[in-house]
Amino acid sequence: MNNKLMHTLTRHPLLWPVVTLALLLAINAAFNATFLHLEWRDGHLYGSLVDILKSAAPLMLVSLGMTLVIATRGIDISVGAVVAISAAIAAWMIGGSLVVHDGVATHVSRFPMPVAILGALLVALVCGLWNGLLVSVVGMQPIIATLILMVAGRGIAQLITGGQIITIYYGPYFFIGNGYLFGLPFALFIAAAVFVALLLLTKRTALGLFIQAVGINPSAAYVAGLPARRIMFWVYAFCGVCAGVAGLVVSSNVKSADGNNAGMLMELDAILAVTLGGTALTGGRFSLAGSVIGALIIQTLTYAIYSLGVPPEVNLVVKAGVVFVVMLMQSAEFRGMVATHVRRAAA
Amino acid sequence: MSDPLAPVLELSGVSKSFFGVPVLKGVGLRLFAGEVHALMGQNGAGKSTLIKVLTGVHAADAGRMTLKGEAIAPKSPLASQKLGVSTVYQEVNLCPNLTVAENIFAGRYPRKPARKWGRIDWAAMNAEARTLLAKLNLDIDVTRLLASYPVAIQQMVAIARALSVSAQVLILDEPTSSLDDDEVQRLFTVLRRLRDEGMAILFVTHFLEQVYALCDRITVLRNGELVGEHLARDLPTPALIAAMIGREFAAKQGTGTPLPEKAGETPLIELRGVAQRGRVQATDLSVRAGEVVGLGGLLGSGRTELAQLIFGLSTADEGELKVAGSAHRVDCPSAAVKLGMGLCPEDRKTDGIVAELSVRENIMLALQARRGLWNLLPMDEQCRMAERFVKALGIKTNDIETPIGLLSGGNQQKALLARWLATQPRLLILDEPTRGIDVAAKQEIMDEILRLAGEGMAVLFISSEIEEVVRVSNRIAVLRDRRKVGELPGGSAERDVYQLIAADA
Repeated sequence: MNNKLMHTLTRHPLLWPVVTLALLLAINAAFNATFLHLEWRDGHLYGSLVDILKSAAPLMLVSLGMTLVIATRGIDISVGAVVAISAAIAAWMIGGSLVVHDGVATHVSRFPMPVAILGALLVALVCGLWNGLLVSVVGMQPIIATLILMVAGRGIAQLITGGQIITIYYGPYFFIGNGYLFGLPFALFIAAAVFVALLLLTKRTALGLFIQAVGINPSAAYVAGLPARRIMFWVYAFCGVCAGVAGLVVSSNVKSADGNNAGMLMELDAILAVTLGGTALTGGRFSLAGSVIGALIIQTLTYAIYSLGVPPEVNLVVKAGVVFVVMLMQSAEFRGMVATHVRRAAA
Repeated sequence: MSDPLAPVLELSGVSKSFFGVPVLKGVGLRLFAGEVHALMGQNGAGKSTLIKVLTGVHAADAGRMTLKGEAIAPKSPLASQKLGVSTVYQEVNLCPNLTVAENIFAGRYPRKPARKWGRIDWAAMNAEARTLLAKLNLDIDVTRLLASYPVAIQQMVAIARALSVSAQVLILDEPTSSLDDDEVQRLFTVLRRLRDEGMAILFVTHFLEQVYALCDRITVLRNGELVGEHLARDLPTPALIAAMIGREFAAKQGTGTPLPEKAGETPLIELRGVAQRGRVQATDLSVRAGEVVGLGGLLGSGRTELAQLIFGLSTADEGELKVAGSAHRVDCPSAAVKLGMGLCPEDRKTDGIVAELSVRENIMLALQARRGLWNLLPMDEQCRMAERFVKALGIKTNDIETPIGLLSGGNQQKALLARWLATQPRLLILDEPTRGIDVAAKQEIMDEILRLAGEGMAVLFISSEIEEVVRVSNRIAVLRDRRKVGELPGGSAERDVYQLIAADA
């Protein structure tokens, strides 16, 4: 019985992502005595772990959307730009100022906040639909199709912000990225909600099966009568919305929108998170939980690099090095190679 | 100078095995200057392998090749091309994103002299390309991209490329499979002229008519062995078919019997003049409920193309498709599935199985597609259904959660059959359901087909093994050269089918 449990555990696809995350957390804890320390302060939990969770939320959101796209054998490299667009739209629509009227301070926004949020998400959806259209109807290669929006999106975001960094002065909006609910960052609840919704959608409907079938063998899926194109179309649309939500969180967190830098290189981090989580870029089997863990790995790594005082000019190199090692560790072929060498050396 | 009556290219005793499986067993071939020579044989006869040995793609394990009396052993397609053996492959093997001239001279662009730094001489290249194409009666803009021309022109460009390397031997591997009648005639005119100019041409095709229209001599292969070399005029069609399939087709009487027609019955599916340009000529066909209709015909006769038209994998240009009496437009498989059709595709690996998904998921896939995204089949029902089919069809697998890719071919095929049976189709189209699977599994699948028809399902059965078609079909529609040439009642002999195929070919 115990053996069987061990077997299931060692074969579980999430084993390596979890081990990697634990290892990174341990390294952090070893160099930073207060790393694991949590305390209750200002009505919420406070500590490095909470920080990591909070700052990983946007990446989690983007990675979740990316997971489905990658499972269909596609890729969406425009998500960073969509984050910037969504942030810019939200920031512009809210704008806001603190008006003191008759001695009473009130927050005023250009549009009501729900309208602004909806507007930003709608534009993100349109971005996703555009990608979906290019990939599924026009038949463009996903990397090229989404490259268009990746490049153009930055321009669009800058058009919206007028080339400036728009600062948001509307207090209630800050809750999305900075607020706390039940002592935990509110952004985490958003990511969790999307995660749970996706989990239900892929397990309780045929979506998971269809996405995998399309990703593994699009031609066979088509012959079996699956609406292969429609699935691809909506997967890209959904990925756009996820990036849009991430844009809201990001802009709320930094209380501004920077068309040029918001969500910069986020597409690469998201692809990395998905891959670290055990979803292959060749499509098919995917793991939503894996991608969430992947996002946490990346955020923990970033945190470690900063907290260990790695000079900023080399931190990308260090990050790349760690990612390289992690990828090797996760590769069954590489582990097999090492095992053979170890056995030979022992013999 | 070599003897003018000796063959230009001669192969003798050529053998080749892949992973210990012999594919060519001591095959010989003689090509003479100024002749068009047909290389014939069924699937797996070894034609492609022989051509690949000839063109240096594979090295022969044994045997001798001589070109104009000198022994050769090309190590690569480039080497054989340099020796003067050029090949035009079935699928146009050019770069659509280069111009016509660039395609013709790819890899050996003419250069300007060294004092001009050996730059590419575009003017010379284009002029040369124009001259070459003019020889083929083709006057087109050689600076336009290849992709902007239809397949027939691309084929001509491929031939021009083959000729431009001062070829003595031209090998054409099914060059006509994507051409329509007029285009075939134009190609033949060119080939006849090349022949008259002294070229030796090896022509591989599945179209019997074309063999007799064009070729002077025929070499027949079967199961990797040389059956014989004949002058075309000495080998009438029935004899050619007999040589290809390896026996006089007197053999077996079919066991299928015609299904008596009920009064006032509407056929489940009815095709009237359904055609698709370049793939299927106008065809009438009907299948009634409970009837097995076999599509008989040789490879390339249009069997698969017709099945794809019915199932919406390709779209008809003309004609009408009626399902249970009412006309429908079926332009995608999901529409066909909604009408109660199912299709086990010819190519199990690329169009059938979803290799990394489990047997259970593969079996439920089509049913789920029909139920739609939101209406997921409950897990316990999925398992029950999968278990039931695994048992009923005798699918050998560890359990229903094993990835289907790990199963043997026959068991994969049974699982695909199960996928469609789960949807309880009214019409099941089976395209080569028994290909590449062992005898026992073959028998089980055939039995299952008969049982299903007995329960009232309409079946369209396609197989290149005419023996199978005759055995299971209530009625046989015979195809040749992409059109229906006639129908035979169930129980006809194999010979009748072959005679119908061979008639006035």
